[in-house]
Amino acid sequence: METLASLGDGFAIALTWQNLMLALLGCFLGTVMGALPGLGPSNGVAILIPLAFTLGLGATPSLILLTSVYYGAMYGGRISSILLNIPGDEPAMMTCLDGHPMARKGLAGEALSLSGIASFVGAFLATWGLIVLAPQLVKIALLFGPAEYFALFALAFMTLGGVSSTNQAKSAFAAALGLGLATIGVDTQTGVPRFTFGEVHLYDGLDFLVAIVGLFALSEVFIFLEHRHGGSDADSRKLKIGKLYPPMSMIKSCTPTMLRTSFLGFLAGVLPGAGASLGSFISYTMEKRLVDKENTFGTGDPRGVAAPEAGNNAAAGGALVPMLALGVPGSGTTAVLLAVLLALNITPGPLLFTQNPDVVWGLVAALFIANFMLLAMNIPMVGLFTRVLMIPSRILMPIVAMVSFVGIYGISGSSFDLLVMIGFGVMGWVLRKLDVPLVPIILGTLLGNAMENNLRRAVTIDNGDWWTLIDSPLSIGLWAIAVIGFILPLIVGARVKAKMHQRRDEEGAISD
Amino acid sequence: MKLFGTGGVVAAAVFALTGFAANAAECIAPANPGGGWDFTCRQVGKSLQDLGLIDQTMQVVNLAGGGGGVAFAEVVNKRNDDNELIVAASAATATRLAQGAYPGNTMDQVRWLAAIGADYGVIAVAADSPINTLPELLDQIKADPSSVSVAGGSAVGGWDHLKVLIAANAYGIDDVRSVKYIAFDGGGEAVTQLLAGSVQAFTGDISEAKGFVDSGDIKVIAVLAPERLPGEFADFPTAKEQGVDAIGANWRGFYAPGGMSDEAYNDWVSKIAQLYASDEWKEVMAANGLAPLDLQGEDFQNFVADSVAQIQAISKEIGIIK
Repeated sequence: METLASLGDGFAIALTWQNLMLALLGCFLGTVMGALPGLGPSNGVAILIPLAFTLGLGATPSLILLTSVYYGAMYGGRISSILLNIPGDEPAMMTCLDGHPMARKGLAGEALSLSGIASFVGAFLATWGLIVLAPQLVKIALLFGPAEYFALFALAFMTLGGVSSTNQAKSAFAAALGLGLATIGVDTQTGVPRFTFGEVHLYDGLDFLVAIVGLFALSEVFIFLEHRHGGSDADSRKLKIGKLYPPMSMIKSCTPTMLRTSFLGFLAGVLPGAGASLGSFISYTMEKRLVDKENTFGTGDPRGVAAPEAGNNAAAGGALVPMLALGVPGSGTTAVLLAVLLALNITPGPLLFTQNPDVVWGLVAALFIANFMLLAMNIPMVGLFTRVLMIPSRILMPIVAMVSFVGIYGISGSSFDLLVMIGFGVMGWVLRKLDVPLVPIILGTLLGNAMENNLRRAVTIDNGDWWTLIDSPLSIGLWAIAVIGFILPLIVGARVKAKMHQRRDEEGAISD
Repeated sequence: MKLFGTGGVVAAAVFALTGFAANAAECIAPANPGGGWDFTCRQVGKSLQDLGLIDQTMQVVNLAGGGGGVAFAEVVNKRNDDNELIVAASAATATRLAQGAYPGNTMDQVRWLAAIGADYGVIAVAADSPINTLPELLDQIKADPSSVSVAGGSAVGGWDHLKVLIAANAYGIDDVRSVKYIAFDGGGEAVTQLLAGSVQAFTGDISEAKGFVDSGDIKVIAVLAPERLPGEFADFPTAKEQGVDAIGANWRGFYAPGGMSDEAYNDWVSKIAQLYASDEWKEVMAANGLAPLDLQGEDFQNFVADSVAQIQAISKEIGIIK
C-alpha cells in the first residue's frame, strides 16, 4: 500500500504541463532515434543529454525526458526492422526475422501495430516489475559492503562480453580501455593526482558526459562523413503500410507469448550488463521452442514479431531496477542514464529511495505516462515515423553535430571539454571501424572509479586482508554468478552468437 | 521535415539560453548545475535581486573542472580586473588551495569577499554503537587505530578527512596518520556503510547527517562548532564541551578577482553583508541547514588565511603535501 501511495505522489509530480510536454518530446525524439538505422537508444540518450542540461532542467524533468527517449527508442527500433529489414537498433534485430516477412506479405501495418502493442505490454509489465522489485532490492542493499559492491561490479563486467558482442576479447579490451580512462584524475583514496600531467582540467577525471557524447554521437557524424558519397540509407522507396489495426484473433493468439516474454525480458534486463539485446534474443528463441509447432517462425509469424518486441521493452524496464536500487546499470543505455544522474548530483543506490523519493516515483509515473503516449504515437501515427526514415543523413548529421557541440559547451563552458569530446569522437570512429563495442568503454569509465575504490575500501577496512573479498555468502554468490556468466558464453556462446547475428546487415556498434 | 523543425527549435532554445546579458553582475559557479557552489550562486543572486540590492538578474555561469581549479585559473589569468564578477567558494576551495591542488595558484591571487553561512562538521556513530561520546571514540582510536574505520564523503586529504584529524590532533593523538579513514563518494554513501556495519564512525556535514538522526539510525557524538547550534540542532553536544577543542566549518562564501578595485570590493562586501543581515536570508539558511558564520571583508580574508595555514599543517603531517 505504501508503494501505491508513493506512486500516487509520483503521478502528482509527473502530471505537470512541463513534465508532460517533456515526456511527449522525449517519446517522439526517442521513437525517431530508434527508427533511424544506426542511432540506438544509447546514442539517442547521449545526443539529448546536452539538451536536457542546456534547458536548465532539474533532476526529475531531465530524467523524464531522457527515460522517455530510452523507452521511445525501444519502440522505434522495430519500425525499420519491419519495413526495411534493417534493425533500427540492436535489440530490434530479432524483430527483422518475422517482421519483414510479414511486411512482404502485405501485412506491414499489422506487423507495426502488433509490435507496438507487444512493446506496450512488455514495457507496462516491466514498469510494474520495477515498482515491486526495486524497493525489495533496496532492503537487501544494506548487505552490500565494499567487498560485495566490488563483486557486483566484477559481475557487471564479466557478463558484459557474453551474448551482446561479436567478440568477447574485443569487449574485454573495451572494458579495460574504459577502466584505464577512469584512473585519470585525483585518486580519492590517497589524494594523489594520476595521469593529469599538471593539467587542472583533468584533476576531476574525464567527464563521462563528454566521453559519451563524443563516443556515440560524434563518431556517428564521422562515420557519416566517411560514407557521404553513399547518399541516404533509405532512399525514397515507397513504403506500403496497409491496414493499421491487427485483427482481434491475431492479438489473442499472441497474448500468451507477450506475457511470457515480458517476464523473461524483464529478468534479462535486471541482470547487470546483459541488456535489451539479450532480452529480445532469448524471448524469441524461447517462443520458437515453445510454440513454433508448424515451423512458421521466420516466415512472418505474428508471434515471432510480438515475442522480441515484448522482450526487449521489458528488458529496458528491468535494466532500470539495478541502476536505481544499487547504482549498477543493467545495460549500456542505463549506464548513460546513470552518468546523467551523477551529473545532476544524485547518487543512485539504496539512499535514493529515501532521500529523493520524488525523483524515483516521479520517474516511475513518467514511465507509465510515456508508455501510453508511445502506444498512441506508435499505432495511429506510425506513418509519420516511416516518413522520418526518409530524412537524408546529410540533414540529420549536422543537427547531431550541432547539438553535441552547443550542448557540451553549454554544460561546462569549457573549450577543453570540446577538445576532449572530439578526441573521444575520433576514438569512437576508430573503434567502430575495428568493430570494438563502445558500451563497455562507457561502463568502464563510469564504474571504474567506484569499482577500484570499493576494492581498496574493503581491503583497507580489513587491514590489508584480501580474503575479505570473499568472506560473506553474498559476495561468494556474486562471484560464482560472475564466473559462470563469463565462462558459459565461451562454451555455448559461439552457437548463440552465430544465430543472433546471422541477420545482422548493419555495421557498427549499435548495441544497447 | 518534422525532425528538422524540432532541431531548429532546439537550436534556438540553446542559443537563447547561452546568450549573455551585457553589463550584468556575474557569478561563476565552479561546478556543474545542482551542486553546492551552484546553489550558492543562484540563491545569493536571487536573494540579492529580491532585496533590491542589484537591479539586474545575476548571470550564473557554470565553469566546472579541477574541483574549482579551472574557474580559479580563469579568474586569475583572464578576468583579474573584472569588477562585476564574484565566484562561489567553500571550505573545499581553501583545502585545495592549501594543498596546491590548483596548480600554480594561491589564495592571495584573489580577494576574499564574505561568507554566507556554514555547515558544521559532525562525528557520528550508528545508533546501536556502544560509543556515546567523542572522547570514548578517540580513546579507542588511541588504543588500537586499526579497530576503528572512519568513513567520510570526501577524498583522502579532503575536508571530511581533515575534520576528524583536527579532532584527533586536539585530543592529543600525535600520529594522525594512524587514524583509519575510508573515503566514499559522498556523505550519503558513507552513512549507508555506517548503517551496514562496514565502518564504525562517520565524519561529515551536519546537513548530511540530519536525515539519519531524525530517522533514529545514527547518533551524533560531536558537532565541531564553537558553541551549540540553534533550533533543532541544539541537542548535539559540541566537541569543545567534551574537552576536544576542534572546530570544523564547511563555510560557503565568495571570492572576487585580485585586481578588483577597492570601491567595487567594498560595494560587494556591503551588499553581501546586507543580504546576510536580512530576515529573508535567515529563512534561506534555515531551509537549507546552514548555520551562522558572520564574516565579511577583512575578517573573512583573515579567516580563510588561517584555515589555509591550519590545513597546510595537517596535510604536511599526513603526507598529502611535502
